[in-house]
Amino acid sequence: MSLLEFENVTLKFGGLTAVNDLSFEVEEGEIFAIVGPNGAGKSTVFNLISRFYDPYTGNIRYDGHDLLKAKPSGVAAYGVARTFQNIELFEHATVLQNLLVGRHRHRKSNMLSEVLFLPSARRQELENREKVEEIIDFLDLQAFRDKMISGLPYGVRKVVEVARALATDPKLLLLDEPASGLSVEETTDMRWWIDDMRRQMAITVLMVEHDMGLVSGVSDRVLAMADGAKLALGTPAEVQSHPAVVEAYLGKAS
Amino acid sequence: MRIVFKTNYMQDIRPWKDAYQLCLYLILLAVVAAAPWWLDDFYLGELTNVLIWAIAGLGLMILTGHTGQVSLGHATFLAFGCYANVILLEAGVPFLIAFPLAGILTGLAGVTVAIPALRLHGIYLAIFTMALSILMDDVIVLAEPITGGVAGKYLGGVEIFGFLVDRWGTPVQFFWLVLGVAVLVTLGYINLLRAPLGRSFIAVRDSEVSAQAMGVDIARTKMISFALSCAVSGWAGALMGMFSGAFNNETFSVLISIQLLMMIVIGGLGSIHGAFLGAIVIGFLPQFLSISKEYVGAVFGGNTVAIPGLEFGIFGMILIAFILFEPMGLYGRWLKIRTWFELFPFYRKDMFKRQKSYLKTERLR
Ligand SMILES: Nc1ncnc2c1ncn2[C@@H]1O[C@H](COP(=O)(O)OP(=O)(O)O)[C@@H](O)[C@H]1O
Ligand SMILES: [Mg+2]
Repeated sequence: MSLLEFENVTLKFGGLTAVNDLSFEVEEGEIFAIVGPNGAGKSTVFNLISRFYDPYTGNIRYDGHDLLKAKPSGVAAYGVARTFQNIELFEHATVLQNLLVGRHRHRKSNMLSEVLFLPSARRQELENREKVEEIIDFLDLQAFRDKMISGLPYGVRKVVEVARALATDPKLLLLDEPASGLSVEETTDMRWWIDDMRRQMAITVLMVEHDMGLVSGVSDRVLAMADGAKLALGTPAEVQSHPAVVEAYLGKAS
Repeated sequence: MRIVFKTNYMQDIRPWKDAYQLCLYLILLAVVAAAPWWLDDFYLGELTNVLIWAIAGLGLMILTGHTGQVSLGHATFLAFGCYANVILLEAGVPFLIAFPLAGILTGLAGVTVAIPALRLHGIYLAIFTMALSILMDDVIVLAEPITGGVAGKYLGGVEIFGFLVDRWGTPVQFFWLVLGVAVLVTLGYINLLRAPLGRSFIAVRDSEVSAQAMGVDIARTKMISFALSCAVSGWAGALMGMFSGAFNNETFSVLISIQLLMMIVIGGLGSIHGAFLGAIVIGFLPQFLSISKEYVGAVFGGNTVAIPGLEFGIFGMILIAFILFEPMGLYGRWLKIRTWFELFPFYRKDMFKRQKSYLKTERLR
């Protein structure tokens, strides 16, 4: 059984079909990339998994569960974490606080024990920090841990968003254009981090990315989309040489 | 610049940065607690008033400053707490039970109000809560058998462990009662902010979509924020009632709601300091105005007749100035000044500038 399954999913925004009869599966432990021109519906696929929208038709299953039964805030409980294309951090909070929000799904304390900061709340905080500190070390964020997000440069924010997603201890990680706007060195870092996430943390990664170097460097399989529909699915090399993909990228211009 | 080296997790969890900062706040608390020895009764009363406003500010700060839900109707909950307290006291409930209960009941009332308000955002929520504040006036008049209607209610002193605590009779004891409540609420607030619940408030304020993706239930979180905010407001209202001694349907008007919101904006949204700084401005503005009016009268020889609405007008102008020039309030200004001194001569002008943020509509694509 696959970790994530899309089965004939269609989503319309008014007259626009953003996702059109899309089916694909993501296996546990793989790095799966979605590519395609702007407006192809890639981010919408992520938003469907996050349950921000209900599909018109079709099914989405995750780890044997019917994902469509989950509330938007219930998806994280399954171990699904994500980043956003246009960075959605908590602006007026520090990097550390942002990562700690990632621990929210592991919260066991209640309002009263937190307001009184009982030993149980204290213990939970210690555990949270331990976990978050691991992520900070992993992504080299030590220099920024107590900085406000609103003062951070773009490249660091991108990494903080990945860190916040990792802090949830996910099984499936959705990365929406993790390398867009990053410098060459930063992109290389991101490449090794994604590799390590799978290897050290046993995380399945589903990512949307335009940088073909990064895509072919880390991903096992690639799904190419255009106008909400599947163009091709296969290894990076297969997809890159697929006639429909070549046409979508180059053909329309000629 | 003091650099704090962190060697264990508790340093991040405990609310003070280092021993130096803790000492500073303890000294401040000691100086304030000793106010009866260095202030006369008039100014002690003023200080008590400032502290009560600060508690009310903390209440609204939870909802507006930390959860991002603007309420223009918090006088409603001040009134609720005030009446609940008095009615319980009149029924013979001892103060130490009546007072906490008044806050809890106000919190429950807040949840009831929150249910229809959950779908409202920004300006719509502000209008909804403002309508509530206007309605409260009529409700108090209509519920005359319970509330005393237009004639209002009176409250003398209360007894705590056999001691009389009365605004006029024993102002010192009353001051300590208010200070005690202020300290307890502040400590609870600090605890909240270093625990998951407080962080989920901030998450909802800054980005509902990613809060949701992190597993924060938006509706539930807003509801809890309403409850806590209203409970604290209820306590502030109960203290206001005890402070003024007499109140009716007009005491907690919509103007109080607006003033409360202005106060926390001027003080600095999203910080505990902001509630206190704002309360100091609110509390001492009337004094400041009357002194400067006398001064202007003396210099220019004009008469010093009262100008109706002057206080509120000046307050409005201060607010506009803050929104235009210092959206982070007095506390934000203080942070900048402190950073300037700490980093001298390396302070950059754009240090506190926000990065470009996207329009909500293009956020998810
Ligand atoms: N919330 C929305 N409302 C209306 N149209 C949307 C919305 N989100 C995305 N779209 C449209 O759906 C199409 C696919 O968008 P998106 O999934 O963001 O593409 P991309 O592949 O670039 O990530 C685009 O035409 C976009 O304008
Ligand atoms: Mg996109």
